[in-house]
Amino acid sequence: MSIAYFDHAAATPVRPEVLEEMLPYFRERFGNPSAVYDLGSGIKEVLEEQRAKVARLLGARPQEIIFTSSGAEANNLAVKGAALAHLKKGRHVIVSGIEHHSVLNAARYLEKFHDFEATFLPVDRFGQVDPERLRQALTPATVLVSIQVASNEIGTIQNIPALAAVCREAGVLFHTDAVAAAGQIPLNVEELGVDLLTLSGPALGGPKGVGALYFRKRLRLVPQIHGGIQEDGRRGGTENVPGIVGLGKAAELAATELADKGPYLASLRDRLVEGVLKAVPEVIYTGHPKRRLPGHASFCFEGVEGEALVFLLSRQGVYANTGSACASKALKVSPVLCAIGLSPAVAQGSLVFTLERSNTAADLEAVFTHLPPAVARLRSFSPVWHKKMAAGGAGP
Amino acid sequence: MKFLEQACPADVTADLVYRVCPMHLLEPAELLKDLKPGQVLEILTDYDGALEDIPAWCAKHGQEFMGLCEDDCDHCYRLYIRKVA
Repeated sequence: MSIAYFDHAAATPVRPEVLEEMLPYFRERFGNPSAVYDLGSGIKEVLEEQRAKVARLLGARPQEIIFTSSGAEANNLAVKGAALAHLKKGRHVIVSGIEHHSVLNAARYLEKFHDFEATFLPVDRFGQVDPERLRQALTPATVLVSIQVASNEIGTIQNIPALAAVCREAGVLFHTDAVAAAGQIPLNVEELGVDLLTLSGPALGGPKGVGALYFRKRLRLVPQIHGGIQEDGRRGGTENVPGIVGLGKAAELAATELADKGPYLASLRDRLVEGVLKAVPEVIYTGHPKRRLPGHASFCFEGVEGEALVFLLSRQGVYANTGSACASKALKVSPVLCAIGLSPAVAQGSLVFTLERSNTAADLEAVFTHLPPAVARLRSFSPVWHKKMAAGGAGP
Repeated sequence: MKFLEQACPADVTADLVYRVCPMHLLEPAELLKDLKPGQVLEILTDYDGALEDIPAWCAKHGQEFMGLCEDDCDHCYRLYIRKVA
C-alpha cells in the first residue's frame, strides 16, 4: 500500500542531506565542545557555524541564538526566562488563547508559582488576534506578550509586525512561537519586530530533540535549565552537537528553498482544499482562508469523531492528524477550535493536513479517494448526524 | 573592597546578570582583549562571588580594578576595570 503522509507538523523524515551532515558528530567528531583540547575546541567552532546559519535564516546575529532541546523548551525559556528577568517592571503576561501548550502552560506556571497574572487573549473566528485588543489588554505591569506566528492547528498567520509594534510602543517584550511557520514563510526578526522567537528542528526537516531561541541582543533571561556555562551561561547541559548540526543544515536549506517551496505547497494545498470541499458535504474549512500557512489545510466534519477518521484513513495509507500532535491523544475538544467559536460537536470532527515538498498530486488523489467514504461511514453511525438530517440538514 | 559612590562612564559594558559562574570572569577577559589601555570595562552581575573574584582576577592579570557600586534599581552590582596593557 502506498502512503500519503500529511502530518509533517507532528513528525517529518530527517532530510538525507541533513542526516549526512550529522553522522560524523555521532562517531569520529564526538568531542565535548567545552573541552579545552583540540577534539573539543574544533566542535565549539562547529557549533558557532550552526549558530550563524540559524541566525541567517532569521536575519539575526549569531550571538542572539540559544540552542535548546526543542521548541517547547525554547518557548519555556522565552516566556518564563524573560518574565522572571523583568520582575521589577511587573508580573503580568499576555498570551493568545490559541498558543501551543508550552506557551499556555508556561504562563499558567508563572501564575501559580510566581504570583503573575496571565491574560489569555481571545481570537476572532479565523483565529486572528486583534492588535487593538492587545493594546487594551496591556497594563503598566505587563512584562511580556507571546503570540505565535502561525497556528499549527488552523494554519492562520498572525499580523506579527502590527502586534509587536503595539508592544514596542508600550515598552513590553514580544515573543513569537515560529515553530509552525518556519521553513514555510519568510521570518526576519527585524521585519517582524520581535524580541524573542522560537524555532524547532523537526519543523524544518531537521532532527527531533533540538530547537533554538532567538533573543534580541542584551535581553536578559533567567536560565530555565541550571547548569554550566554552555550557551554563554544561559542554558546548562552539554550541547546536542549532532542535533544542532542537523538544525544548522536544515536552516541553511530552508533559507535557500523558501522562495520555491511556499508557492509549491500553496498550490498543492489549494487543490486539496478545493477537492475536499467538493467531495464531502457539511465541511468547515477552519482558520483564515487566505492568511494561512501554504502547507496547511484544516477541516471540521460535523457528525464525525476526528480520532476515528484519522484511524480509518491511516488504514488506507492516508496519514493526517486531528490537531496538535501534543494534544491529539487527550481526547478532548481542541481549545483552539473552541476559541474560534466552533461548537464541541463540530470541533471534535477536526482533521489537519500539513504538507511538505515530498507531497505530490498522487497523495491528493489518495485523499479524494478515501476521505469521502470514511466520512460517510462514520456519519452513518453518528446519532448527531442522524439528528441533524432528521431536522432537515444537508444530505450525506 | 573599593566602593564607588556612583556608576562610572565606561567604554564597554558586559551584562552578566542571571548568567552562571564563571561567566563573570570569562566574558570580561574576552572583552578586555579588544579594549585599548586606559579604556574602562563595566560589568553588571547579580553574582555575589564576583565581588571577590573580579578584584582577585585583576590583581592576577595586572589589570586595574577601579571599584564597584550597587545598582538598587537594577538589582545588580556594577564593577569597573581599567585596562592596563
